[in-house]
Amino acid sequence: MLKLLNKYADKLTRHGLCDPDAPLVGGLNAGILWNRPDPLCTELEKIIAGLNINSLIFARPREPFFSILNYHCHQNEVEFTPQDTETRTFLHAIPIARSTSVAEILPLLQNRKGCVVEGQGIITWGTVSPEQAFVVFSSIIFSAFVKFLVDYASDHHAGKVSTEAQHLLPQILTAYETFLPAPGTPELASGPYATEDAILAAMIQAGKATVDARMVDSFFGNISCFADQTIYISQTGSSLDELQDCIDACPLDNSASTGITASSELVAHRDIYRGGENRVILHGHPKFSVIMSMLCFEENCARRGQCHIKCDKPRFIEDIPIIPGEVGTGPRGLSNTLPPAIQGRRAAIVYGHGVFSGGKSDFRTAFATLAAVEDLCRAKYMQLISQPAKTGLRP
Amino acid sequence: MDGWTGRILRIDLSTKTTEELRLPLEVYARNLGGKGLCGELLFEHFCQPWDAPQMPLVFMTGPLNNTSSPTSGRMTVMSRSPLTGAIADASVGGKLGTMLKRAGYDGLVVTGQSATWCGLNIDENGVRFSAAGHLAGLNISAIYAKLKNTSTRADAAYAMIGPAAEAGVRYAAIVFDGHYLAGRGGLGLSMAAKKLKFIAVSGQQKTAVSDPAELQLAREDIYRLVAASPVLTGELGIGNYGTGALYDLMRSRRMMPTNNFRQTWFAPGAQMNAHAYKEIYHPKKFGCAGCHIQCKKIGAGGEIMPEFETMSHFSALLGNQDLGAVVEANRLCNEAGMDTISAGVTLATYAELQDQPLSAVKFLALLEDIAAGRGEGAALGQGALALATAADTPELAMVTKGLEFPAYDPRGAYGMALAYATSTRGGCHLRAYPISHEILRKPVATERFSFSGKARIIKISEDLNAVVDSLTACKFLFFAASLEEYARALQAVTGLQTSAQQLLKLGERIYFRERLMNARNGFDAKDDDIPPRFFNEAGTGTEVLRVKPLDRGEFLAERAAYYRIRGLDDQGRPRAQKCAELELPC
Repeated sequence: MLKLLNKYADKLTRHGLCDPDAPLVGGLNAGILWNRPDPLCTELEKIIAGLNINSLIFARPREPFFSILNYHCHQNEVEFTPQDTETRTFLHAIPIARSTSVAEILPLLQNRKGCVVEGQGIITWGTVSPEQAFVVFSSIIFSAFVKFLVDYASDHHAGKVSTEAQHLLPQILTAYETFLPAPGTPELASGPYATEDAILAAMIQAGKATVDARMVDSFFGNISCFADQTIYISQTGSSLDELQDCIDACPLDNSASTGITASSELVAHRDIYRGGENRVILHGHPKFSVIMSMLCFEENCARRGQCHIKCDKPRFIEDIPIIPGEVGTGPRGLSNTLPPAIQGRRAAIVYGHGVFSGGKSDFRTAFATLAAVEDLCRAKYMQLISQPAKTGLRP
Repeated sequence: MDGWTGRILRIDLSTKTTEELRLPLEVYARNLGGKGLCGELLFEHFCQPWDAPQMPLVFMTGPLNNTSSPTSGRMTVMSRSPLTGAIADASVGGKLGTMLKRAGYDGLVVTGQSATWCGLNIDENGVRFSAAGHLAGLNISAIYAKLKNTSTRADAAYAMIGPAAEAGVRYAAIVFDGHYLAGRGGLGLSMAAKKLKFIAVSGQQKTAVSDPAELQLAREDIYRLVAASPVLTGELGIGNYGTGALYDLMRSRRMMPTNNFRQTWFAPGAQMNAHAYKEIYHPKKFGCAGCHIQCKKIGAGGEIMPEFETMSHFSALLGNQDLGAVVEANRLCNEAGMDTISAGVTLATYAELQDQPLSAVKFLALLEDIAAGRGEGAALGQGALALATAADTPELAMVTKGLEFPAYDPRGAYGMALAYATSTRGGCHLRAYPISHEILRKPVATERFSFSGKARIIKISEDLNAVVDSLTACKFLFFAASLEEYARALQAVTGLQTSAQQLLKLGERIYFRERLMNARNGFDAKDDDIPPRFFNEAGTGTEVLRVKPLDRGEFLAERAAYYRIRGLDDQGRPRAQKCAELELPC
């Protein structure tokens, strides 16, 4: 158990979400264990006692995330509701506590997977593993960051940016620089890959590089390679930086259903392979790509508020299409919208969700494209908020 | 009262009389419905023999039945098991739960014993008793056809028992709407003991919903998660392949029970997977009322496709390579109205006792004998434990508390070992379903070859599934959704403030009450165990994937941790302090 607690404390740090001494990770079986002693543990154990859970994380996030969370706490009374896919699908809303009082926090955690404590940090929990708490912690940070910058650009466009947001933005952008890794392109194996072992090794390598480049968080994103009429794809809920033993081989003819544990985007990947020349696909959640996908200033749009499922306007960031689509295979699923959109293009952005990029031979191209799309979106964002109000470009 | 009708029908078959039971809202709020209300109504009666006329057989819906909440068409049946003497309950699909609500009732409590075979006809106007002697001896499909043909209500739903229950088979099932089985624990025999052959229900009443708009939002949240679930709606998921989609996965993980759990790998399985059935039978989807996943499959020729457990036990567990024989075994069990899991394990026990594999011809013939209660079938109809015990080798029965194991070898998922042991109904995978995280990676993956931390995980999962069966929703949906979304749906339907964690607290009480009921009948630590085979023999691994015997010491240590977490003493009996905390009589 202690090994598991330390793993996720370490992961919070390695992913740039917390300073090394910040995470408190508790695990519960017949008794409670913590990754380290802390005076706060006693109070947190009272929260645990009020919940039917097996793990809990409390930590103060690093900048710029800590300031962003506090900003949302100032702007909202009881909760805030980002509109990205991670929130829409899994978090629903992010509740706010004003203190670490058990009486205040417990009711929030009885109904949601985590909450923000103003001026203190984030508390999240899991019922089978601290990984759940880690995923929610990471998602809250991602969603809060995306919401701040989407709201800022929207308010800028409307000419109503608050003084607090105006004051905060430069600090956010500066701190974000320190969140990102040093510039550079990882050395990825060149393709085509000759053997199944080579495919798996290349996927493990590219997955880790994507996480290291901070282009995907926690257990989101997916990766695949198509060879010999088989799709090798990361398993559902797998972390791209821990893909060892987490890749399913799915025959194109579905002659085996072993891949029932494969990523929820298996169908989208399959249809991309069937319709074109791509042989690898990489999917991440790079933040500025997600942010730019959510910025549309179409006036009087009848589909406002339903962009993620019903947007029917051709939208592009340069040559990269932005498309609607929810996770998975439902009638509004990206399995329907993504494959046609990406054919003949280097990548596509799914509204509020992330980027899918392809490669004809190996992950070098797919990775480089993912990074280039994110760089492009970041540059576009900066351009957008530098322009006078209501004259911003239409992404 | 929104969500519930507030009316439960008590039916005494001895006197052919009925009365309405009206429980206070607090009782509903505390027990929800389904499994929870069944337990509430059985609690004081549970020390009677399973076949005592006054032992209730309870059918109970939940607050979400007959609303637009996803997978709300299920219901629970509960009594004392003729097979095990412990709790026997089954969450069952079809549409009888929905129809019962439409008839204006939350549930039925059936007691007494009819002098001759009888049936119940229930609608908005109450109950009509009818003779059912003409249905005795008929197969399920014939009974179902006769009931439908003679009914004046085209919308009626039916529960019925078949020849296996009449023959005294201890794992006889109650069959709903021709295809859905309340299969485990012998509830069909409980119904037969009351001489109740069928129940027909129809109605058109609507269930009051407190906040329809909020329910719509909760529904959208749930649908979004289901669409994101590869296990449910993915290309290879159970929506497309039925539960048989698990077959390849269990095989590849080297945990497919083979030859009565003597091995965990069935080489010919590659040709007997869900894809093979699809190629041969071209199945179409169907399913329960109120469900959009539609995991049941019916072949182009009308063949009901076997579920995963049936596919696995009638192939690997018996060493059978004839796919057609699996379909036929499934048909025979359905027509007789008996549980395929118990039937398969009992046949495998017989094969081991005989020290020779059963041919397809032989096991199909034995299934017919079991259903008819003739020849060797009479002994086989008593279940695996009785069969093995009669041969002085009870350890060869792969059971816990006398209930036969489903198709997950615990050496391949250690949480499953603990879950089998602690389950209140015996060798059941559905109480905690650790396969969800140990194999299917939901909500996240856990280490399958480890007991570490599993005690609390199992306890929480038991509480969760007690809530799911009380709501009454489908457990499969919880591969994707969680109580967070269902708490919103429940609140929208009933108007009562709740949360995911408050529901789990109710689940804890519902499950603990079952421990209490079993304890009153003498169940304790000696019954919370699994056969010695799993500690003494390795499974069938590979050079890189070893399937080792379970470590007895680790198992017992984790079971002891479970007892502490659950509020039981070191013999697995309820502690008075926990009873008081949960406001249950000790």
